Amino acid sequence: MKQAQPLSITGGTLITPGGPVEGTLRCDDGVITAVGNDAASGDGDQVLDAKGKFVVAGIVDLGVFAIDKPAFHFGGITRAGLMPALSPPLDYPARVRFMAQSGKPDLWVHPLAAATKGLEGEQLAEIAMMRDAGARAIATGRKWIRDSGVMHRLLQYAAMLDMVVVTHAEDSGLAGNAAATASEMATRMGIPSAPKEAETLALARDIALAEMSGARIHARQVTTRAGLQLVRQAKQRGVSITAGVTPAHFMLSDLAMGDYRTFTRLSPPLREEDDRQAVIEAIGDGTIDVIASGHDPRGPEDKNLPFADAAPGMAGAETLLAMTLTLVRDGVIDMTRAFDLLARNPASLLGVEAGSLAAGKEADIALLDSEEPWVVDSREMAAAAGNTPFDRQPVQGRVTALWKGGVAIDL
Amino acid sequence: MTSPQNTSTGSRFPQGGQAFPHRDLIGISSLERHEILYLLAEAENYVAFNRQAAKHSDQLAGLTIINAFFENSTRTLLSFEIAGKRLGADVVNMHAAQSSVKKGETLIDTAVTLNAMHADAIVIRHGSSGAVGLIASKVDCPVLNAGDGQHEHPTQALLDALALRHKLRDLGHDSEDFTGLTVTICGDILHSRVARSNILCLQAMGATVRLCAPPALMPAGIERMGGVVFHDFDAALKDTDVVMMLRLQNERMDGQFIPSPREYRHLYGLTPERLALARPDAIVMHPGPMNRGVEIDSTVADNADRAIITSQVEMGVAIRMACLDVLTRKARGVPGWGQAEAGGEWV
Repeated sequence: MKQAQPLSITGGTLITPGGPVEGTLRCDDGVITAVGNDAASGDGDQVLDAKGKFVVAGIVDLGVFAIDKPAFHFGGITRAGLMPALSPPLDYPARVRFMAQSGKPDLWVHPLAAATKGLEGEQLAEIAMMRDAGARAIATGRKWIRDSGVMHRLLQYAAMLDMVVVTHAEDSGLAGNAAATASEMATRMGIPSAPKEAETLALARDIALAEMSGARIHARQVTTRAGLQLVRQAKQRGVSITAGVTPAHFMLSDLAMGDYRTFTRLSPPLREEDDRQAVIEAIGDGTIDVIASGHDPRGPEDKNLPFADAAPGMAGAETLLAMTLTLVRDGVIDMTRAFDLLARNPASLLGVEAGSLAAGKEADIALLDSEEPWVVDSREMAAAAGNTPFDRQPVQGRVTALWKGGVAIDL
Repeated sequence: MTSPQNTSTGSRFPQGGQAFPHRDLIGISSLERHEILYLLAEAENYVAFNRQAAKHSDQLAGLTIINAFFENSTRTLLSFEIAGKRLGADVVNMHAAQSSVKKGETLIDTAVTLNAMHADAIVIRHGSSGAVGLIASKVDCPVLNAGDGQHEHPTQALLDALALRHKLRDLGHDSEDFTGLTVTICGDILHSRVARSNILCLQAMGATVRLCAPPALMPAGIERMGGVVFHDFDAALKDTDVVMMLRLQNERMDGQFIPSPREYRHLYGLTPERLALARPDAIVMHPGPMNRGVEIDSTVADNADRAIITSQVEMGVAIRMACLDVLTRKARGVPGWGQAEAGGEWV
């Protein structure tokens, strides 16, 4: 579906990469053509009054585990970077090509190529062919690649292809079958747990290998103080590393696992309060580049089980924006940086011309009422399953209108 | 022969159901000190009862108790079965090995199935922490935790407390609780639900708890549950009044956690020489089954003056009778336990 008529959105606060701008946003033929004070709506434009709301870029959600359009649209997400850990995995060009088409026209899916065949961490997958079939990056899947030799060769190959490698930073030897971070909480509950240093070890190795190979790596979730410090130092040395996190790790500590609530069973697991604070600091100081939903809807057959037997993962797409806005309200970041984290930086990692309100970018646009109150309710989610760790939590802010390529999406 | 009295006469406890206002027994962590003492007081009645030649009561006649054991057990299952039968209940045992669990039925479906059979109490052992609480949330009758993963084993802690109290009484310490007592728990604390329940129970009763294990078998943050952590067993034993040894699974002594059984014995085996480091009349406990010659030497285990291991087994039946009795009082309409007449008066 193509944009039939030019669109001008007036009377809103535009969140542009340079900061908030009062004025008009105009897009034509699916592309943003003018932003800000000097932009004017043309004759024959459809004109929409934003009435003081925020006009923002559609969210680019880097690292989801399912294509769940109703949830993405509720959350203001217009593009999703799809993790290869599907069944079967995205380790084959034809599957990548199929998934790359699967959301169009109103949701663009950017598949991440499996780094290794079957995501087993042993043999390299056909990454170049998957790239040409539409893969925008490479991912190791839900797990860390245990064999350092394999990881080194993967990163060399990725550097040659100039594709970013999305990693899972959790040393598998230390992590074992753990379902929680080693802590008083896990001990009281009797849940198998692993020291948080599993993350530090994994990151240290991956950073060293990235330095050796010159590859770009994106640690999809960095959740501990020590891990974030490694990323910070690596960035200072000039290593091509970026880091991400999901709202779970800046909103919740491991105390949320109480009563064996399996919606809080995540990978990596929830950390202790000090690490939660460290994640917030790292979002504030720029160490963390991306906030993503990690959207992984899981039904009762995966979650209505004893804690350690349940599958990890949360349905996060609907709550991603509202949770990120809590950081704006708390003064950790401003609105501009919030959309750098949610849209501009992930778009840049994926190499897509979207994710910011600037002339020439794809007209993926959302209207945001940052004040509107609502309550997260696991029983009434748009997502394929309601496994949210934020159940019953009152939040503020939601998307009231959404456009993909200049075409309005029914919400 | 007489049935035991089930109404506590002393004023130490709140009246009726207030003395134990829980439907289920999932863990010691949810119990108040006076509730623990109440269960022990009720169990005292059954200790004497069980020593009679004819030991049968009809208190729970007509009630169906299901022992659903998803993990192998001999002694705990037997103990619960005997407890239910002595009180006159119809006791059925469900072994996971023979059940539809093996055919892929989910835990919730199993729980719903048991519930549909109108059990009056369900006793559950399961290999996953939190599983018993999960089942309890899906059924309409009292649920007793007979061990869930590495979480809790509350009746074990209660029977340990009862056995310890009896032994202390024999030694002339006629105190209701364990104030001033130092108890050292030694063994695989990491994987032990017995340890967790005992840490909570012993501390609630006033004891000081020491924990001793090699670092790999000591869980993170355990000191914040109140125990004092030791890795050197000899140091832990100094001035200890009670030594509670834990069983170490054989598969954990093959190099994964411990190099070998004899190396474990070298550092953590309770030998007569080591026991001599504790208080002169120190009491020895073990939840069983024992690895004789590994964590405990036979000369120590069989020392009737010191070891109360068989008493622990005896007290287990009494504790489980008390728990089944107390938890079914509401359903049985025992006066004061929550079944009001239409007029609002207690019958």
